[in-house]
Amino acid sequence: MSEPAHRPTTRAALSSGSDRVFQVLILALASVIVLVFVLSVYQLGREAWPALHTFGWHFFTGRTWNPVEGKFGAASMIAGTLVTSLAALVISVPLAVASALFVAEYAPKWLANPVGYLIELLAAVPSVVYGLWALFVIAPVLGRWQTAYFLDPANVPTLTRCNQLWAEGQTSLQCFFVPSGAGGRGLALAVIILTVMILPYTASVARDVIRLVPADQREAMYALGATKWEVISRAILPYARAGILGGVILALGRALGETLAVAMVIGDSQEILKSLWGNASTVASVIANQFGDAQETLHRSSVVALGLSLFALSVIVNFAARLIIARLTPKGLQ
Amino acid sequence: MMRAAAVTSARPAARLSPVRRVKNLLMGALILLATLLVVAPLILIFVYLLREGLGALNLDFFTRTPAPEGEAGGGLLNAIAGSLEMLAMASVIGVLVGVAGGIFLAEYPRHPLMPTVRMLSDVLAGIPAIVMGLVAYSLIVLRFGFSGLAGALALGFLMIPIVVRTTEEVLKLVPLSVREAGLSLGLPQWVVILNIVLPAAAGGIVTGVMLALARVAGEAAPLLFTAFGNSSVNLDPTRPMSALPLEIYRGATSAYDENQRLAKAGALLLITLIFLTSLLARRASRVKR
Amino acid sequence: MTPLLSTSDVNIFYGEKQAVRGVNLEVQRGSVNALIGPSGCGKTTFLRAINRMHDLTPGARVTGQILLDGEDVYGPDVDPVTMRRRVGMVFQKPNPFPTMSVFDNVVSGLKLAGVRDSRRLMDVAERSLRGAALWEEVKDRLRMPATGLSGGQQQRLCIARALAVEPEILLMDEPTSALDPASTARIEDLMTDLKKVTTIIIVTHNMHQAARVSDTTSFFLNGDLVEHGVTDQLFTSPRDGRTEAYVTGRFG
Ligand SMILES: Nc1ncnc2c1ncn2[C@@H]1O[C@H](COP(=O)(O)OP(=O)(O)O)[C@@H](O)[C@H]1O
Ligand SMILES: [Mg+2]
Repeated sequence: MSEPAHRPTTRAALSSGSDRVFQVLILALASVIVLVFVLSVYQLGREAWPALHTFGWHFFTGRTWNPVEGKFGAASMIAGTLVTSLAALVISVPLAVASALFVAEYAPKWLANPVGYLIELLAAVPSVVYGLWALFVIAPVLGRWQTAYFLDPANVPTLTRCNQLWAEGQTSLQCFFVPSGAGGRGLALAVIILTVMILPYTASVARDVIRLVPADQREAMYALGATKWEVISRAILPYARAGILGGVILALGRALGETLAVAMVIGDSQEILKSLWGNASTVASVIANQFGDAQETLHRSSVVALGLSLFALSVIVNFAARLIIARLTPKGLQ
Repeated sequence: MMRAAAVTSARPAARLSPVRRVKNLLMGALILLATLLVVAPLILIFVYLLREGLGALNLDFFTRTPAPEGEAGGGLLNAIAGSLEMLAMASVIGVLVGVAGGIFLAEYPRHPLMPTVRMLSDVLAGIPAIVMGLVAYSLIVLRFGFSGLAGALALGFLMIPIVVRTTEEVLKLVPLSVREAGLSLGLPQWVVILNIVLPAAAGGIVTGVMLALARVAGEAAPLLFTAFGNSSVNLDPTRPMSALPLEIYRGATSAYDENQRLAKAGALLLITLIFLTSLLARRASRVKR
Repeated sequence: MTPLLSTSDVNIFYGEKQAVRGVNLEVQRGSVNALIGPSGCGKTTFLRAINRMHDLTPGARVTGQILLDGEDVYGPDVDPVTMRRRVGMVFQKPNPFPTMSVFDNVVSGLKLAGVRDSRRLMDVAERSLRGAALWEEVKDRLRMPATGLSGGQQQRLCIARALAVEPEILLMDEPTSALDPASTARIEDLMTDLKKVTTIIIVTHNMHQAARVSDTTSFFLNGDLVEHGVTDQLFTSPRDGRTEAYVTGRFG
């Protein structure tokens, strides 16, 4: 036995009292997360109150957004947000899942890694850069196509008919797809750029969950004599669907809140949507485009109310995603 | 011979029908095509910015401020300085709160507040950046006016959930037995966490911080009504400050060629830096495992 | 002579489930004591009660009394951190601190507790590494990462790390179960030397190991301490039929 004098002296700071101090410190810092959430709700709520109080539910259902008259109804931009996000989602999901399948199932390792990395980089490109590219590169292409459409004599009857409808504030299925402007900007461009922007979110989640599909699931299907595509469509995708859906909802969340790229290309119009090619706006784009100029209390408050709605929407989407993943995940997975 | 034939005919599925074969090939081709479509924008954007922006990335770009509207020349020193300063300030918030949050979630799983913090951190991760801008606006700008500090606050808030998540994940990769070894030596839990667990997870945490930085470095939306922008170099955090994404936004929506040119050069610089950061982050995490 | 460690009526629960039942045990200074029994019988659970490791397991509960050198390990004024300092532990799998060098691993218990005197640290490191029969093998690579050592060396490093804080008692939970036969033999040889500086409780499910290294042996079954006694006696003439069945290999 060693004599007690040799034993290292235990300093007071090393007792579990110091553990309590540390835990309080960590808890205090972690509470900032709670604080940020609470402050966000409180500040947005307070600033948005005048608008919500004045307009009530009409704030969400009203179709006029007119700062000059002091009337604020967000229906058109809510519609703009939903249309752009859902359209982008519909286009991007098959592409994203396909690219995930390529990386996880088809490509040899030397190719899978760089391609997977490129897809991740796609998510790292800032919104403004997408906006800049859409404005300078894609908009002119669309603009040329629109001009050609207008100049083609064969389209004159359709155009006249649609112009008449639009003037009455209405539209038809055909007219919805007829070009209404010539600059390339508008709803369609917003959908295109949004599609590109949300692709990597679905793609990387899908890739990760596809990689997690156990080998025996594949092998069982191959052992039945299935082709590669049959293995994918009958074993892999069904197994991975909950995770992929999670990625889709993550992408939806991104699309709903995506701001600057959309604000730069959508044309900032709060009129009722009449053509896919017309100017429009989304909830987020209105915040970006109008908050700086909103001097009137009610106008400013209405814009913050849009922010609050976006906040609430993203919370709802987050919970929906968890719920769906919890429901659909095959038993024994995570 | 006869027997072999009989066996084959008894198992019709042994040979692939042409329909299934063609379908298999077709789907493979479509998947390849879709992948090309997905990756194409990235390459197109980068090539476009290289072609249009590289010429403007000269010495002036890094040493001068934007020329008055419509005049030629100038650079984005104001934006570069502003971005660096705001990112540094944002990192203080993001790293401090983010790492502490990650430690809290990973090391105190029994704490009654744990589920709340975890849930709110996930919720914050999904809040659109522009909304964070509004929050920072009403917290700071309403009282003290536009400032770099307000912008940094918004960016810092955006960093928090990213750092929390990666920190929690990598801390959980450190085996429990390592913590127990530390505790069995009579070390208090905080010494074990700070001196043994955290160093073992350092690579992953650095990755998380870098990814968070890469993410917020490109955000213009939360800066529009907080940092606001400034056409001259300003290092005072209590006054309006410029940032690269802000200048790109203003330049790209400007009618003047010169501003557009600066915007493209700024965009090239920004995505190059972001790509390099992401690349380094990937390296850092790979070395660790 | 009063025993170094004595337990009376120790019960250990995981939530509702009781894993250890009414254990009374005495351990003399400078002895090696083996805990044997089939897998899942509560050996690890009992061992971890001695250095209050269960404080950190959600739902785990210890009742009864454990006295270390006459002091109640679970006494109301006893700080678990201070108590763990007096009790060393070596785990089933070698677990050196991954980011530290060989040297830093050995002295981590002192260094992280605030000992700065580099002379003293060096002395302690050498003494502990010699004590763990590792000094000759690592003296030229003290600054290399500990994870570069072989599994057997890592485990001896963990022993050295535990010795460095001069524990009154050293708990070893199947310390050789992850090692090859040669490394196992080295650690078994080490035991006899170690009891000159400390007291050892070793969990093993290898009866031959218990017979080779220990002075006393305790046989656990389903959470009960079935029999405790001098090792030779317990193996050659067990009092309890269940012990006999186990040591003669009729089950487990
Ligand atoms: N953390 C825990 N939670 C719940 N039950 C546990 C836990 N650890 C061990 N047990 C249970 O307690 C019993 C004793 O386990 P253990 O002490 O590890 O046995 P041994 O070390 O003898 O193999 C086993 O039935 C085991 O399943
Ligand atoms: Mg055990």
